[in-house]
Amino acid sequence: MIRQELKKLVVYGFFLAILLIPMLGFKSTTFEPGRAFKTLGVFMAILVLNLIVKTIRSRKKQEDAEPKTPLTERAAERINRFPKIYTLGGLLVVAVAYPMFADNYMIDVAITCLIYVCLGLGLNVVVGLCGLLDLGYIAFYAVGAYTYSILNLTFGLSFWAALPLGIVLGMVVGCIIGYPTLKMRGDYLAIVTLGFGEIVRLVLNNWDSLTAGPNGLFGMKKPALYYPSFAEDSFSWAIYYLKSLPALYYFILLIAILTIISVRRLDNSRIGRAWIAIREDEVAAELSGVPTTWIKLLAYALGAAFASVAGAFFAAKLSYTNPNFFLFMESCIVLSIVVLGGVGSIPGIVIAAFVLIAAPEVFRGLENYRMLAFGGIMTTMMILKPEGIIPASRRRRELHEGEAIKPKE
Amino acid sequence: MAVSFFWFLYANFPPSAFTLPNSNEGRILNPMDLSSFLLQQIINAVFLGSIYSLIALGYTMVYGIIELINFAHGELFTAGAFIGLIVLTALQQIGFVDAHFVLTMIIVFGLAMAYVAVLGVAVEHVAYRPLRASSRLSALLSALGMSIFLSNGMMLSQGVSDRPYPQVFGLESIEVMGARITNGQIFIILLAVALMIGLQLFVHRTRLGKAMRATAQNKTMARILGIDIDMTIRITFMIGPALGAAAGVMVGLYYGAVRFDMGFIFMIKAFAAAILGGIGSIPGAMLGGLIIGTIEVMWAAFLPSAWKDVTTFTVLILVLYFRPAGLLGESSTEVRV
Repeated sequence: MIRQELKKLVVYGFFLAILLIPMLGFKSTTFEPGRAFKTLGVFMAILVLNLIVKTIRSRKKQEDAEPKTPLTERAAERINRFPKIYTLGGLLVVAVAYPMFADNYMIDVAITCLIYVCLGLGLNVVVGLCGLLDLGYIAFYAVGAYTYSILNLTFGLSFWAALPLGIVLGMVVGCIIGYPTLKMRGDYLAIVTLGFGEIVRLVLNNWDSLTAGPNGLFGMKKPALYYPSFAEDSFSWAIYYLKSLPALYYFILLIAILTIISVRRLDNSRIGRAWIAIREDEVAAELSGVPTTWIKLLAYALGAAFASVAGAFFAAKLSYTNPNFFLFMESCIVLSIVVLGGVGSIPGIVIAAFVLIAAPEVFRGLENYRMLAFGGIMTTMMILKPEGIIPASRRRRELHEGEAIKPKE
Repeated sequence: MAVSFFWFLYANFPPSAFTLPNSNEGRILNPMDLSSFLLQQIINAVFLGSIYSLIALGYTMVYGIIELINFAHGELFTAGAFIGLIVLTALQQIGFVDAHFVLTMIIVFGLAMAYVAVLGVAVEHVAYRPLRASSRLSALLSALGMSIFLSNGMMLSQGVSDRPYPQVFGLESIEVMGARITNGQIFIILLAVALMIGLQLFVHRTRLGKAMRATAQNKTMARILGIDIDMTIRITFMIGPALGAAAGVMVGLYYGAVRFDMGFIFMIKAFAAAILGGIGSIPGAMLGGLIIGTIEVMWAAFLPSAWKDVTTFTVLILVLYFRPAGLLGESSTEVRV
């Protein structure tokens, strides 16, 4: 068995090496093979590790008929025994205390991470719960950002007045995109959403009179808080603009927490179960009385709404938007967050967002390798651990159920 | 009828929008030139369409066999363009191009196609084969990861900016009724047609082609009848990307520059072509490529060209909505599930 696995590994490594040739760098003069060999080394190390783990597990299985539960599951069990309220409370305290210890740059990174948490969770509704691969998700983010920008600049609407409009518009765009595409099967849907994402970007880029084209819009007001003021013995509403980074941090933290709570509630609701039923088997779901088209449209609209909120915040924070913030690569980043975290798993996605967004900031020198790593991670995760770092329990069962029955190759 | 439509467009839009593409002087069109202008656009459309067709063939063949969109196809196309660039530059430096032009073209196209064929098999083995039994979503995500990986690998090795392609065709051209066809265009169109005819012959006249058709129809039955499915899939992953690589070299030769991310836009256009023609159908991909090329060129010629990509996407979506099986596709019983 080991010999067979080894042989497989060697063949796999050979093809992997071929795959890395494009990175060798045949410019007309220079030749840099080191990069490809390093990458190959990393991949081979992952594969060899996987092989070792597999061998040990199969040995163990032969030794005692009762297989031990894997370490991650035991750890999860241990964590579950610990009252959840303490874990969450502890995390909340850390999150709230963070700006007091961090400098502005670190707060800025944290804000970006939290924006991606919101985006990841929103995409999770579409991809994770409903099983629809959406490659144009960033379009809704753009819709949110531009709605706030345009409403604020032309009509002077405040953040709070523009936010509901942005959410509604995001949902409408979600339905416009969703309605014609939902009758298609998965891979068509992926391409069409990709096309739609590009259309939205091109429209933003070309519609000069509304969006100022590639120059982008700038000068939006920050979100404001209104509080009663009794100065000069008269009652009035005072405005406090969230200009400082810590204030913005707390604001996005609040949005992220609200997003987490609502996605969690959705997951456990009747609608959430309908989504999962559709993901598992659409025909069976339809036969069981789930109105599939409407429920799928709802997934699209809600996912769009979350992205729209994040987009409005993003535009307000920067006071600037530009069509080039909403490239296809951004959709890929959000998708890799969902994939790495575990499709359908909320804690996984939160952790993955922090890992994937903060890691390139920490390792600045490796900035160029960021998307390369994201692509590699996506494929590797799908092959070795499709359920993600912290799998959602339902998803894990679905993916590993077949393994006991599957004949050994 | 069509002419009167274009005449209507011409009459209703300011003539300053009608600078001729491909003309160095940037002439303003006057009504006398309309027919030759139209002919020029038709030639451009056939040229662009044949490139889209070649790329779309790769999609449609892979989809026909394993029912999975090869997201990495656009990157394989770009890899082909870069290999062509490297080989052609090397040959030009030793002065081989001027001496043996035909041999150069054979070497450049041959090497690019051979290399990308191997790369295609590698992609299949690394990213698709382990996931053949798992869910569709996993396979799609794995394919997408591969695409991102390859495109960024090429960015790291070839740089982020445009790389100029050696110009080997010169500027000689033929005048047909006022329209200009360059030697390069003629060569590329002929080569594309030859490749497509070759593919048709391969699929319909050889044993391997028969095995491919059988596998596409019914994988289980084909296996029972003794067809090596793995080998057939591998062959498909060699031929499809090789055609894409040829298209990549053509794009490089014609437009004079290549970039690491050019595969993305070509991928979407070619995919639209494959769907329009009916995915899984080889003649469909050819027809779809021509139609998409025509739409794009005509739009760019007569309407604001900034929106031409939007048109392609819109066509894609309309086709998927009204006729998901495509023009020449099989009946849609299976497509809608």
